[in-house]
Amino acid sequence: MIEVKEIQKKYGDFKALNDVSFNIEKGEVVGFLGPNGAGKTTMMKIITCFMPPTSGYVKVLGHDTIESSLEVRKLIGYLPESAPLYTEMEVSEYLRFIAGMRNIPKSKIDSQYRKVVEICGLSEKVRMPIETLSKGYKQRVGLAQALIHEPEILILDEPTSGLDPNQIIEIRELIKKLGKEKTIILSSHILPEVSATCNRVIIINRGQIVAEGEPDKLVEASQSGEIVHVKIEGPKATIEKALSKIKDVTNVGLLEDVEKMSVFKVTRKEKSKSDLRKDIFDAVVKNKWVLYEMNSEEKSLEEVFINLTKEEKYK
Amino acid sequence: MKKILTIIGREFKSYFSSPIAYIFIVGFLVISGLFFGLNLLASKEATLRYFMGNTIFILIFIIPALTMRLFSEEKKTGTLEILMTLPVRDYEVILGKFLASFLFYLLMLFLTFIFPLTLFVIGKPDLGIMISNYLGLIFFGMALLSIGLYASTLTENQIVAFITSLGFIMILFFIHALKNVFGEALGPIFEYVSLNSHFDNFSKGLIDSKDVFYYLSMTCIFLFLSLNILESRKWK
Repeated sequence: MIEVKEIQKKYGDFKALNDVSFNIEKGEVVGFLGPNGAGKTTMMKIITCFMPPTSGYVKVLGHDTIESSLEVRKLIGYLPESAPLYTEMEVSEYLRFIAGMRNIPKSKIDSQYRKVVEICGLSEKVRMPIETLSKGYKQRVGLAQALIHEPEILILDEPTSGLDPNQIIEIRELIKKLGKEKTIILSSHILPEVSATCNRVIIINRGQIVAEGEPDKLVEASQSGEIVHVKIEGPKATIEKALSKIKDVTNVGLLEDVEKMSVFKVTRKEKSKSDLRKDIFDAVVKNKWVLYEMNSEEKSLEEVFINLTKEEKYK
Repeated sequence: MKKILTIIGREFKSYFSSPIAYIFIVGFLVISGLFFGLNLLASKEATLRYFMGNTIFILIFIIPALTMRLFSEEKKTGTLEILMTLPVRDYEVILGKFLASFLFYLLMLFLTFIFPLTLFVIGKPDLGIMISNYLGLIFFGMALLSIGLYASTLTENQIVAFITSLGFIMILFFIHALKNVFGEALGPIFEYVSLNSHFDNFSKGLIDSKDVFYYLSMTCIFLFLSLNILESRKWK
């Protein structure tokens, strides 16, 4: 649906994007992830036809963003960072202006308008000037303007930045709902956001793609070894000894020691055939201790991200 | 075409969404009215001739204020990004914004009709000359508005846009003063380029196609320059 091929973008001598290629299929929700200034916004500006790439091309449903820019723009709904809107206008006035600019026939403007107001939960605010709305509602107006012509593709730049936690959850839910019907690209430098809403992540750093894939798989791929926290009742020293004897275990540390119960951190560097949790459980059963808690410490996307973007810096 | 109208509608309305428009209209009417009254008392003639001379001078300051936000505000707030990713052509945006400011300017001129009407009450002014005067103001204003629009595409700071367009207009307004410096060979060029010297005929009641052509070409040149700046984001 969206084909990005060997994109380069230079601002003077600075390479904002360097040889970026990827494809996005219909129905995907893709997250661009990267530190500030990595090139996410530049990529979006190129796909939305705001500016052309220095070299390479982007095709949206076969239309080139430079040669048939107007066609591409019709297919896309775009919400730039921090939802820049004509704040002096009323919500309804603004959405109708966008509808007019989007060439929606007069007979359909009303129904389309009501539809996006409904989807974005704006019905109580339509008569209010945009400048009087909260950040969360402004963001919704921004989403509404991007949706009014029922585009197949939605491009959202940092859709939740600057919102409070409740608003973030609301916008995320909205994106999830929209993601069932539309192809969505969103950018973020906040990781939970991407893992919560996207089914594919493209991690960009310093103008290049450093990793790409499903959020879970990215985590899995970068994970080597296992770490398990376990709370056991029994003789401390014996337990510690037994745990460290489990195959391939490289380190056992005592984290907490409350009355008879102790919490251990068991580390296994290399991945083994059997799950470390199973091995610990077996050891506990064999020795007839009591197991109170056990959980494995999983690497989050956050760590994957930090690793990838850090390594890049020292290269 | 429909999109140009949509843009005109939005821009024109936005003039009235803040008190600025009213301040300009009232300010313009008060200052020009003051000059009108003083001219009338001093000359005791039922003519707009002296009034015209003062009005174009007031416009030099008023028009940059009318155009300063057209693009600079959109650049600053980022709304330009939404606007330019809508399926709209760059020239449609330029024309829409220009015509909106032109419409507002016409409204301001319309409100000054109270002055010639006064003359009809107290004397017998020449209607033909008055029509020529107002046509002159329309063409003169058009050129100034396009210069202001151009200045607004250059910066995201409204004040800078205001000062830049004021500078451009001042230069083009007073440039005919250089004609004596450069002698007979180059002198006429400076006179021709001047925004001021082409207004003389209009204020005397002469509608010369050369003057109309001059103001229209100035307008086109600056609209074209603005289009170029708007398109510069597409430079690779």
